[in-house]
Amino acid sequence: MSKIFEVPLYPYQRSPDQDARAPVRHKVVVVGAGPVGLALAVDLAMQDVPVVVVDENDKVSWGSRAICFAKRPLEILDRLGCGDPMVDKGVVWNLGKVFFDKRQVFDFNLLTEQGHKRPAFINLQQYYLEQYLVDRVRELQAEGKPIELRGGSKVLDVSQDESGAELTIDTPDGPYRISAEWVVACDGAASPIRTLLGLEFTGRVFEDNFLIADVVMEADFPTERWFWFDPPFNRGQSALLHKQPDNVWRIDFQLGWDIDREKELKPENIDRRLKAMLGDEISYQLEWSSIYTFQCRRMERFREGRVLFAGDSAHQVSPFGARGANSGLQDADNLAWKLRLIMDGKSPLTLLDSYDAERVHGADENILNSSRSTDFITPKSEISRIFRDAVLDLSERYEATRPMVNSGRLSVPCTYDGSPLNGPDCAAMPERTRPGSPMVDAPVPGGWLLDRLGSAFHLLTIDAEAPDTVSVDGVACQRLALSTSDDHDGYLRQRYLGNAAAGVYLVRPDQHVAARWDHYDAAAVKAALGKAMGR
Amino acid sequence: MNSLNTKANIKSPDEFYAELLAVHEGLSKAESDALNARLILLLANHIGDRQVLSEALQAARRKD
Ligand SMILES: Cc1cc2nc3c(=O)[nH]c(=O)nc-3n(C[C@H](O)[C@H](O)[C@H](O)COP(=O)(O)OP(=O)(O)OC[C@H]3O[C@@H](n4cnc5c(N)ncnc54)[C@H](O)[C@@H]3O)c2cc1C
Repeated sequence: MSKIFEVPLYPYQRSPDQDARAPVRHKVVVVGAGPVGLALAVDLAMQDVPVVVVDENDKVSWGSRAICFAKRPLEILDRLGCGDPMVDKGVVWNLGKVFFDKRQVFDFNLLTEQGHKRPAFINLQQYYLEQYLVDRVRELQAEGKPIELRGGSKVLDVSQDESGAELTIDTPDGPYRISAEWVVACDGAASPIRTLLGLEFTGRVFEDNFLIADVVMEADFPTERWFWFDPPFNRGQSALLHKQPDNVWRIDFQLGWDIDREKELKPENIDRRLKAMLGDEISYQLEWSSIYTFQCRRMERFREGRVLFAGDSAHQVSPFGARGANSGLQDADNLAWKLRLIMDGKSPLTLLDSYDAERVHGADENILNSSRSTDFITPKSEISRIFRDAVLDLSERYEATRPMVNSGRLSVPCTYDGSPLNGPDCAAMPERTRPGSPMVDAPVPGGWLLDRLGSAFHLLTIDAEAPDTVSVDGVACQRLALSTSDDHDGYLRQRYLGNAAAGVYLVRPDQHVAARWDHYDAAAVKAALGKAMGR
Repeated sequence: MNSLNTKANIKSPDEFYAELLAVHEGLSKAESDALNARLILLLANHIGDRQVLSEALQAARRKD
């Protein structure tokens, strides 16, 4: 049986565009069918925005990539119709253990908060996510949605003017050109589009190498995340063991800066390392092995005229904290509805400035967190190492320093504080659902709150009166009426009302809070809706 | 009588840790040691309580 990463999922097929005399004009062209490009395309197609995705490849991604997916991206995938297969296939874990030298210093439970449809995290190979997204593309095509996926199509050149961009695409039949009102570059960390446009991608390279191996083995290690600082089997460095579905285990060995890559990658050397770590008796098959150097960097702006950047092309983080794909999916989530409103003529182009502002803010938060983790794992100086080891030492006996142990802060979505789209706040209400925050899930009659919000604006009312729809220039905002009399466990009150007696929330299509009040006021809601539309 | 608080007690621990390392940036090892000594003396004075200070000294000394 061939492996999922060996099967062509969207093989090259000749497109009528290749025989057209002049470049055929499209609404949106997404470059790159990685997780971010595919998610964005699915989102657009579900909202009836015609989209063409081109990728030089025709398969899921190659090599060791993302394995940890956090709750918010799972909720986004729920909205896109891919949440169930992810969670059904994924491994849920809660317990982490930290080892220092020869001993376990402590363990921690993610202590997942109750009252959410989705777990805090699942582990799942990135190639499954990509496969589920491609399956979803096929499903949408069967429903007649305007989405096309072109494999074996490599972008060679890009140019743009005020009204759109033009791409030169190479194929097995030779190159052709297409144009688009909008191009979204989801072409990964080495983004050829970014390079073609001469845009900078600056930040920090960490002087360190990590050997990452995905091995298939029958092992009875528990479903936990194990992290070692300075273990006997990898002196002076760190190591990580984490479980994925299908008996695949992710193993990271920190190697340091001055290494002989070729030597380290020899199967016999990997075997020696694995046996020193897991015992001589293990038997396994190597699925992938590679050596990575990590960096944290981003573009200065995520929009350049008619070209937008999302995912790794716009920002790159070290993987400690699982923020790459997770934050890329949040980029897509943020961008799709804004593009739709602009193409429908409902919002000015400046709405896209909020994409830049909000997602640059998200990228900075992720870069800060992953840099801190990387600095803890790889101390930069003698004194940093002394403090790091002191923190670990004390953590064995005292809780005091445990919160400082940093082997990766797991990805949580950012709140768009200060966003130009935010409207009024209400002081009596909880901080976690303030304007700019992602909606917090909660059980509601017949299911879950987030499932009741689609990809449109909503007016959530809790014990408050309001009309069924509020519209601003043809953009309708549907009411979702809830009541605390159905809120048996009090989650709705806790998460949305706080000290307020009633609540009215204006929710964006990406399920972030735009504004909130403790009663309905038609003029205020309309003003906030206009503001959230970028007017 | 007060005793040493060994429960987690610092808000935004990652931020604190980053700031702690940042004040050492660019210093030689000897300069860092001296900074640490000054820091300990300032914190000890702030705590003041002799019992707590003795407990902290013993906790820091203890090593397996
Ligand atoms: C070891 C490792 C572990 C990781 N762990 C995690 C984790 O646990 N959680 C997490 O969230 N993230 C993790 N990441 C990060 C994650 O893999 C990336 O953030 C994610 O793949 C980014 O998706 P993307 O769609 O932006 O780009 P990519 O997945 O890189 O996709 C880019 C696509 O663009 C295509 N392309 C490139 N150039 C062209 C061109 N000229 N023409 C046409 N197509 C082109 C490529 O073929 C590719 O399909 C990890 C990364 C690594 C390396």
